[in-house]
Amino acid sequence: MIETDIIIIGAGPCGLFTVFEAGLIKLRCHLIDSLAQPGGQLAEIYPKKPIYDVPGFPSILAGELVDNLIKQGEPFKPGFTLGERAEQIEKTEDNQFIVTTNRGTQHKAPVVAIAGGLGCFEPRKPELTNLEKYEDHGVDYIIKDPEKFRDKNVVIAGGGDSALDWSIFLADVAKSVTLVHRRSKFRGALDSVEKVEMLSQAGKIDLITNAEITELGGGSDLESVHIFKKLEETSVIKDVDYFIPLFGLSPKLGPLKEWGLNLNKESIPVNTVDYSTSVPGIYAIGDINDYEGKLRLILCGFHEATIMVQSAYRRIHPEKNLVLKYTTVSGVNAFN
Amino acid sequence: MDDIITIYVTDLHGDRHEIQAPTDMGLNVMEAIKANNLPVKATCGGMAMCATCNVIIKSDHELPEMSESEEDMLDEAFVLEVEGSRLSCQIPVSAEIDGLELSMAPLSNPED
Repeated sequence: MIETDIIIIGAGPCGLFTVFEAGLIKLRCHLIDSLAQPGGQLAEIYPKKPIYDVPGFPSILAGELVDNLIKQGEPFKPGFTLGERAEQIEKTEDNQFIVTTNRGTQHKAPVVAIAGGLGCFEPRKPELTNLEKYEDHGVDYIIKDPEKFRDKNVVIAGGGDSALDWSIFLADVAKSVTLVHRRSKFRGALDSVEKVEMLSQAGKIDLITNAEITELGGGSDLESVHIFKKLEETSVIKDVDYFIPLFGLSPKLGPLKEWGLNLNKESIPVNTVDYSTSVPGIYAIGDINDYEGKLRLILCGFHEATIMVQSAYRRIHPEKNLVLKYTTVSGVNAFN
Repeated sequence: MDDIITIYVTDLHGDRHEIQAPTDMGLNVMEAIKANNLPVKATCGGMAMCATCNVIIKSDHELPEMSESEEDMLDEAFVLEVEGSRLSCQIPVSAEIDGLELSMAPLSNPED
């Protein structure tokens, strides 16, 4: 059992900044996120897009903002459970919460902060018969541990940044990498596209465009994929160990609906005094919450996180008075 | 008023709504739908980086041509081949689209 002061569900910008604000008042945090890397939609959907409304940054790339937030929180040594979806919240007799993920990892804390954004990102799946049969038996939608693919034959499908970036990365790890894309041009960042083309010319990536996977074959584990080339109207069968469709992720509210919180459509109504939900000890901050005048902006999420941790502190240490300290006066005192 | 246009939106339950949108606010159709409190998921907020504002255009208005990124995104979400399929965030609200008729596509469902 992982124990901490605040369990943060969602490692997007708002969850990441909570680590810093909690750390300033000596509260420890542990983040849970269904994605394999922190950053939420900034890392997953638009890492290379500039954001212009983060105070003090006339322009910053979403991916850079995430890197900075991680760095800002580092002194406070947050824990991470990544690539796992928070599935269940139970309240214990000693007034704490136990959050369990879909992989069975358990976390215990007196406070839970839901910073779930738009929900859990779930993979967009191609329509293939047998697809579900091979999930976890050769078909993966997110890459948590690239070492799994060492010396294996891997086919990646997709045309966005994650398909390109993983093809580039796995070119040095896997035995072979085949990148199959339905169109001739890629949607991803230009430098990634160029890199893939270079690796293709060098024979390190087998690049097949205007093509798609039409069939999966094998016994209990995936053994082959059928690749249909649209222009030639021919199919080739390729022996593979892994097929990784990367057609983007779409957020779903998911298990949160079952947690006994009051919900308003797809969001959690909160008290703006401290962003508390209808369950004492559970807070909701960022895009997931709702209140009169709510704006779904990163900068508003930062504010909510800051206010919220004060209330969390009073719940955890009711006997202590909290005095606001300025970082200019106190600095940042890292945890051991 | 001259700078207000009308768009007809059929929601996922099949109900048709008449909505109004100003042309001088730099809005796109997704935002106009949202501003009228009709459900649209619109995850990425209008960057053509998801496909959750997907609509099916039913009228024969001349719309701005699809950008490469819109086309790629629709393709990746497997809805490029659907007739009239567009990302509503990529269609600016302008006088040219007054009377536009569209249906929300399943990908736009916020509850999905």
